[in-house]
Amino acid sequence: MSTPFSVLQQSLPYLLQGVWVTLVVVLGSLSLGLLVGLPLAVGQVYGPRPLKRIIGLYVWFFRGIPLLVLLFLFYFGLFPFLHLDFSAFTVAIIVLGSISSAYQSQILRGAILSIPEGQMKAARAIGMSDAQAIVHIILPQALRLAIPGWSNEYSVLLKDSAVTYALGVAELMARAHHVASRTYQHLVLYLCAGFIFMILTFLGTRALNALHRKVKLKGYS
Amino acid sequence: MIRLERVTKIYPGSAFPAVDSVSLEVAEGQICMLIGSSGCGKTTIMRMINRLTSITSGTIHIGDQNVMDMDPIQLRRQIGYVIQQIGLFPHMTVYDNIATVPKLLWWDKKRIAERVDELLDLVNLDPDTYRFRYPRELSGGQAQRVGVARAMAADPPVMLMDEPFGAIDPINREVLQEEFLRIQARLRKTIVFVTHDIDEAIKMGDKIALLDAGRLIQFGSPEELLTKPKNQFVKDFVGADRTLKRLNLLRVKHAMLRNPVHCLEEDPSEKVAEKMIEQDMSYLLVTDRQGRLKGYVNLYDLRGHKGTVGDVVRPLSLTVKPDTNLKDALSKMLSYDLGIVVAVDDAGRLQGFLNTRTLFSVVGESYDERGGHWGRITADGRIL
Repeated sequence: MSTPFSVLQQSLPYLLQGVWVTLVVVLGSLSLGLLVGLPLAVGQVYGPRPLKRIIGLYVWFFRGIPLLVLLFLFYFGLFPFLHLDFSAFTVAIIVLGSISSAYQSQILRGAILSIPEGQMKAARAIGMSDAQAIVHIILPQALRLAIPGWSNEYSVLLKDSAVTYALGVAELMARAHHVASRTYQHLVLYLCAGFIFMILTFLGTRALNALHRKVKLKGYS
Repeated sequence: MIRLERVTKIYPGSAFPAVDSVSLEVAEGQICMLIGSSGCGKTTIMRMINRLTSITSGTIHIGDQNVMDMDPIQLRRQIGYVIQQIGLFPHMTVYDNIATVPKLLWWDKKRIAERVDELLDLVNLDPDTYRFRYPRELSGGQAQRVGVARAMAADPPVMLMDEPFGAIDPINREVLQEEFLRIQARLRKTIVFVTHDIDEAIKMGDKIALLDAGRLIQFGSPEELLTKPKNQFVKDFVGADRTLKRLNLLRVKHAMLRNPVHCLEEDPSEKVAEKMIEQDMSYLLVTDRQGRLKGYVNLYDLRGHKGTVGDVVRPLSLTVKPDTNLKDALSKMLSYDLGIVVAVDDAGRLQGFLNTRTLFSVVGESYDERGGHWGRITADGRIL
């Protein structure tokens, strides 16, 4: 008869491999979310009205549908329908990234709108094109303001990533579930998985706080 | 040279023009002040010059080029713009702020670095101290200096200034205005300067354009606005104290009585007293042989005194320079019970003096019509 402790000891390396999968999913979707969310935010602030409306619909779509529904919709529905043979891992990143892009676009939109109007005016007045003003003047300031929002987005994504187990992605939660159902040590394994999630949240938030301090502008309190 | 011809701006959905057929010309190297109350169209006019706002009708020329024929971005790079509320970029150092336009113009690094140092010197900021500071680490006055330096970075012949000193406290504003006028005396830019402060307009402007509800009410030199206000609106705008404001424009040398009668410190008191009684004077200025002012004597001190004037001379500490403006001179005169103020040069040599009558005749409203009227009272240099 295996004790809870021996089970934990034996399965820990297996669980920790899941941590890597989890981290790749989270960082991948966070990056994808930024890559897509940034242009969405710029488009929603500075774009023509039809574009703003399309972006609004996109954001509504990804924020309005539950994660599990979206995962199933894309993995079992949309991609097979398009004859795209993506792995569960890829779909997890695409879906989480798309959802994150919707949320991040709103974080960034708020940050852009909080930059004083005079900055854009000044940039244009001295001869920058709108694009140059956005790239050189608005975004460097807005991205700094967005870091606390990202910190939140990271912890939300980290926890949402556990849901991708439903597609069979071999991340931390999937592995904990796998071992638990084999050994019947549910309590210990889910506690352990939860604890690892807490540590990952803590480390990520700390890292982003450090980044926030590092890029903070001189002279700001 | 900037020329506006019947320039009109009607904002979409607005029944009234924001700018209504305004024509004016700013000669090369001159400062034209646009002034009026909020919503009079002054900022709109300026923003049409560099096409931040579109022109509904009329034409604007810079030199012989119609601004509408130019690419707006290229146009703006040739026009220095000092923005209201400073408008520095907080995430960039002073260096990067000033270098913004040169970088857009693809100057090489060395040239940019030299230009930034040159400009910081020009606006009285030590390059080694301030080059790598961030805007938030500067005082309002320092930040505005950087704003002026940034606008001048690519040495544009034309500059637009939108209430540049509006956010600065009055003491620093005055310092910045003086500094800017000194810079302008050297660089001779063609400048359109928006303000709502009539004193600033009078002080800084070669020409003043007074606007109301989009229309140009009067366009002329500060002198003209003060002495010949076109109508009641202009009179009200320049203020009931417009006569006093003229004092800011005039300098002591314009009004002082030159070569006043005086005596030397080694003159015998008795003789001087005699002469004063003869000419009905109660005070007399005293100098040394080199013409340096020593002070004054009054008749009471001289009566019965056996020595030289130098023994009883009273010091005259409140003096002015020929270049002092009349407002400061009047202020000194009022704080001194002699009713005169004496002008000396840098070496302390007596140049002339002012009394209340000379001031009256210079600033009086009818001055222009009577033309140099006060010449009559130069007389014999009598002090009272």
